[in-house]
Amino acid sequence: MKISYYPGCTLKNNAKNFEDSTLCSLKRLEVETEELDRWNCCGTVFSLATDDLIHHVAPIRNLIRVKETNNNDVMTLCAMCFNTLKRANERVKSDPESLDKINEFMYREDVKYEGDVKVLHLLELLRDEIKFENIAKKIVKPLKNLKIANYYGCLLVRPKEIGLDDVENPTVLENLMTVLGADAVDFPYKTECCASYQTVDKPENVADRTYHILTSAQSQGAELVSVSCPLCAFNLDHRQKETVKKYPEFKNIPILYFTQLMALALGCPEKDLRLDLHYINPKPVLREKGLL
Amino acid sequence: MRINLSKRKIKDPFVAKVEELSGQNLLACYQCGKCSAGCPAVSNMDILPNQIIRYAQLGFKDELLQSKSIWICASCFTCNARCPKGINIAEVIEAIREILLRKREDHIKVNKLSDAEKGDVPPIAIISSLRKFTS
Repeated sequence: MKISYYPGCTLKNNAKNFEDSTLCSLKRLEVETEELDRWNCCGTVFSLATDDLIHHVAPIRNLIRVKETNNNDVMTLCAMCFNTLKRANERVKSDPESLDKINEFMYREDVKYEGDVKVLHLLELLRDEIKFENIAKKIVKPLKNLKIANYYGCLLVRPKEIGLDDVENPTVLENLMTVLGADAVDFPYKTECCASYQTVDKPENVADRTYHILTSAQSQGAELVSVSCPLCAFNLDHRQKETVKKYPEFKNIPILYFTQLMALALGCPEKDLRLDLHYINPKPVLREKGLL
Repeated sequence: MRINLSKRKIKDPFVAKVEELSGQNLLACYQCGKCSAGCPAVSNMDILPNQIIRYAQLGFKDELLQSKSIWICASCFTCNARCPKGINIAEVIEAIREILLRKREDHIKVNKLSDAEKGDVPPIAIISSLRKFTS
């Protein structure tokens, strides 16, 4: 299997652990990824104002890049990229007039976009194309006795027509972690917003959310939290520094991308996990379980 | 708090502009409060999401344009997912933000962000913050 891959900006720096662990895992699953040539920023947030077409140009231009590879599917990892690309795509598909205007604006592109690219998140690729039962066959190091709370955040599941699972109670990450041999623990804050980009100007608000989300996961016995969005990862991991300042009784907990856990179970080398990029060191708990 | 209703306010072009930019029918709201009940940001808001809709219906332009809430909402779409009337509340809040941003009234000044604020935050945080807070 071969698929086009759109990384987005953060996968190339802060979230290099997300990218490296994904690429190693997919290799183990015999999926070939081809990074798009000349990809550009997706804009990170889908423009909600009805007349704001200009901000859909960036995501649609990326879909033209996909067409140039002669593929019809593109895979993303970042939840923000996934949401923005997929939503912009749905927007132009349901509104041919906007699509015409956007195409006219990009008149120097060789390919005209026709709304025919399918935007997939890695989780959809794993669940629907590769299938979990085939992942199970490739596991060399099951994540035994590891209690993982799985955090989805907002943009993988909302809005409903874009989301990749149930809007209120998604379970795809729990199902994947169970396949990897871990104990997936449920917790009520798994789709609660982490305050997102307010981390720039209001880190204290993020600290409140981080506190509520993580203490809820801990109350269910979680030893670590898995995430699928680089901004959630930053807020839940790095903002634990601010969280402890505001809530001295708060106990730190490691945050890992679900792909790092998958890579671990599939036997990827430690260098592909990039465990050095975390604020809360995940090594002690992984060593305790005999996984490192 | 004393509130004055008037035909003038209700007919203010602001109401039509909010409806146009958000693509929402404000009068569909019957004030059940489910949006505010599920909103993770209410503790930092001065006007709650259901009140934002009510204020918008009634043309309370100044109150909305000066509210903290419009900058606190991070478009997590929990309210949209739960509204029994299918109103996209996050879009209404974006419309109010847009009305200010289109007058070049930026909420944050890029050149005023300290190194600590920019610090080690990921690019998606900076970009989305600028997309939501600047014109």
